[in-house]
Amino acid sequence: MMRFSTLIRNPADWMIGEGADNAVVLTSRIRLARNLKDQPFPGWAKKEQRRRALEIMRPAVEALPCMKDAFSQELDDLTSVQKQVMVERHLISREHAARGEGSAAVIERRQSVALMLNEEDHLRMQSIRPGMALRAAYDTLAAIDTELEGELELAFDHELGYLTTCPTNLGTGMRASAMLHLPALVLSDQIGQVLQAVNKIGLAVRGLYGEGTESLGNLFQISNQSTLGESEETILRRLERVISQVATHERNARDKLLEDDPAMVSDKIGRAYGVLRHAWIIDSKEALNHLSLLRLGGDLGFLPEGTVKSCDALLMDIQPAHLQLHSGRKLSPEERDSIRAEIVRGRLQSLEPPDIRSIRKNDSPDQEPDML
Amino acid sequence: MDCDICGKKAKVHLTQLVGGEIKKIALCNDCAKEKGVTDPTGFALAEMLLGKSPGKPVVPVPLSSGPARACPTCGFTLDDLRRVRRFGCADCYTTFRDEALQMIRGMHKGNRHCGKVPEGLMELHQRTQRLEELRGRLDQAVIAENYEEAAGLRDEIRQIELAVANRNS
Ligand SMILES: [Zn+2]
Ligand SMILES: [Zn+2]
Repeated sequence: MMRFSTLIRNPADWMIGEGADNAVVLTSRIRLARNLKDQPFPGWAKKEQRRRALEIMRPAVEALPCMKDAFSQELDDLTSVQKQVMVERHLISREHAARGEGSAAVIERRQSVALMLNEEDHLRMQSIRPGMALRAAYDTLAAIDTELEGELELAFDHELGYLTTCPTNLGTGMRASAMLHLPALVLSDQIGQVLQAVNKIGLAVRGLYGEGTESLGNLFQISNQSTLGESEETILRRLERVISQVATHERNARDKLLEDDPAMVSDKIGRAYGVLRHAWIIDSKEALNHLSLLRLGGDLGFLPEGTVKSCDALLMDIQPAHLQLHSGRKLSPEERDSIRAEIVRGRLQSLEPPDIRSIRKNDSPDQEPDML
Repeated sequence: MDCDICGKKAKVHLTQLVGGEIKKIALCNDCAKEKGVTDPTGFALAEMLLGKSPGKPVVPVPLSSGPARACPTCGFTLDDLRRVRRFGCADCYTTFRDEALQMIRGMHKGNRHCGKVPEGLMELHQRTQRLEELRGRLDQAVIAENYEEAAGLRDEIRQIELAVANRNS
């Protein structure tokens, strides 16, 4: 069986956009909620009942073809830092990490499929892909779901669909979401309008990082709110349409910013580069916001290829539990900020300064096309 | 209104979407600053989303105050449901059917499942949904005193019921 250190050693393909265009849509994720027909839901079940449910589910889950040599652990057997690292990687939910006896996580080797056992529902299954790939993520999970249905008797109602602990998940039990990087829409003050339009269609939008209403790093998550009354197909089609529209808006906003105010864009990216390369103390808020701009610079061609990937890996690695795991001990907030700065400096050590002229040159009409 | 964090007088009011529910958050200046709400890049996401949009407010539905009941399978009571607004087991959805239907009113795009069905339940699922549809139409036909149509619908319902009974026996 896979060890925690092996699981966590490398970033998953989906975390750094391996094999996909993830410049605007970083990841696509599907989550399905399922429950056993004859066992009380985890939140209401007594300890022995939770154990029993786990004993029923775990062999079926571990026997899935995709879970060959998977990581499979009861949460009680993990340290709180290990659990927190998994939360920061989106492999388990914050709620799941807080649950004790009888809860487990089974995670496929490439971290693209993760099953939480005894979360709020008996089974919370997720599939993540880099870029815009909701459909592929759903297909993967639907196949797993069907496979499990052969082994487990699931709670299903002909009117209400898959029965879930909370009625907000009834029906398909499906939450589909995409994570988007929208710095140009934020810089050009169009983000409010765009997100408002998204919300009007009945989709939920939230900032990915940050407490309450703040959104750090210009990262947003768009997801469906309604799970009942529409098929998975309908929900996915609407999300795909809306997400690709938002992505197009962001692309257009990037082009327009470069055209209208290249000095401002260059300044922002240059400053982000300067801070990240030379800071010795940096809190996560400042780091996220500068990494966002560096990531934008990478996509616009100010910075060499691979910059976007480095930024994505850093977004993951500078989070508090990752820092603790990295240094192998409990850290004070001050220590965290200096270790964070050290890691960022290290990773960006050989990154050349942004090449502003290359952008200008690309814009000039007499430029030879570099294709063909 | 008081600050949700420290109880001082609130100066910053935010509306946020959390897990599909709308939450109002009030913060004093200190806590707002602490939480980065005043940061120029940390803007009031939901306020923008909801400030001008008519997005329907999610008000928790008061659940009927009927006699105290408990789910025979898991012991979950109506009081528990009122308190946590979640269910105890699959059978709770039968025990507290009316309350469940009340709670989901306005929560989703519809109130009838039309997505994936577990392996092996498809045929039964289609029959059940068809039966419910026919029964609805029968009620309508009776109300409209359209007896010819009602008779036809009754026949069709009986046939499906018979087929289900035969399969189950
Ligand atoms: Zn306060
Ligand atoms: Zn029950």
